[in-house]
Amino acid sequence: MADSKKVAEVLRKIAQAVEQEKDALTALDRAIGDGDHGINLARGFGAVAARLDEAANASVGAILKMAGMTLVSTVGGASGPLYGTAFLKAGAAVGEKTEMDSNDFIRAFDAAIAGIAMRGKAQQGEKTMLDALIPALNALREDPDFANGLRRAVKAAEAGVEYTKTILATKGRASYLGNRSIGHADPGAASSLLILQVIAQEVLG
Amino acid sequence: MVGIVLISHSGAVAQSVAGLAKMMAPDARVTFAGGLPDGSFGTSYDALYEAVRQADDGDGAVLLMDMGSAVMTAEMVQEALPQTQLLLADAPFVEGAIAATLTAGFGASAEEVLAAAEAVRGEQKLN
Repeated sequence: MADSKKVAEVLRKIAQAVEQEKDALTALDRAIGDGDHGINLARGFGAVAARLDEAANASVGAILKMAGMTLVSTVGGASGPLYGTAFLKAGAAVGEKTEMDSNDFIRAFDAAIAGIAMRGKAQQGEKTMLDALIPALNALREDPDFANGLRRAVKAAEAGVEYTKTILATKGRASYLGNRSIGHADPGAASSLLILQVIAQEVLG
Repeated sequence: MVGIVLISHSGAVAQSVAGLAKMMAPDARVTFAGGLPDGSFGTSYDALYEAVRQADDGDGAVLLMDMGSAVMTAEMVQEALPQTQLLLADAPFVEGAIAATLTAGFGASAEEVLAAAEAVRGEQKLN
């Protein structure tokens, strides 16, 4: 499915996409958060992209762990520890392989979600990244065909972002808003969708 | 002596609370991490990692966080330093910092310092 080189390429594309969508993510965050999500993520993934050349010959697990530690060190907001933990756990799940198959991808995705839930002490239905990611993983698992599953995962994440508009935030700064958080999409769910869209695009070609 | 580490989204808040706590117990070891390297608001893993290393003289440290990413960053530094006795206080930032610093200054153990910080949680200011 993807060797180390491909994984590095996907991370580069994620950095580009986040940079392009920086203002849109920040606008979502300005509505219900502290207005730094796009800026923080662009800084973090930009730093990841800058370190990919050093990691050119590394295993998939090592590249993902490098990405995780870089996000932790450079993002500066809650998404740093959250996405950082996600990539660290995904890297640990893939390990020293230099080529990941679809089963590795699903295991890594599962570990990433567990990492976010652990770090954020969150579960589905609390207007977070998990509302995009958990339905996406479920859709991927349900489809016997990986490519189809990946397309359905993106759709499920899109629906998840829409769903976050209908629910109350109970985590993070948005939780102070109470009912005023309803009607706004969760920025973390939106950035999770964006990352998943890039992965799907790169893997499906 | 048990070290006290403060992490806030604001460099000015972290530095100022550290100064206030030190005024109450001049011999205490208080370090802090606040804001991002460019001076903007946020929490820096690298800065906190360094602050914890500086605070710990072998007796461990108690860490006070303001909120949100400060808490998550604190947990990640704790996981990254398994050899350090680093306790995270579930306490109000300013009052907890002062209680912890005073208690650490008396030569208390890390557990006692943590308990002192967390004890202020239930304190009433009126009546």
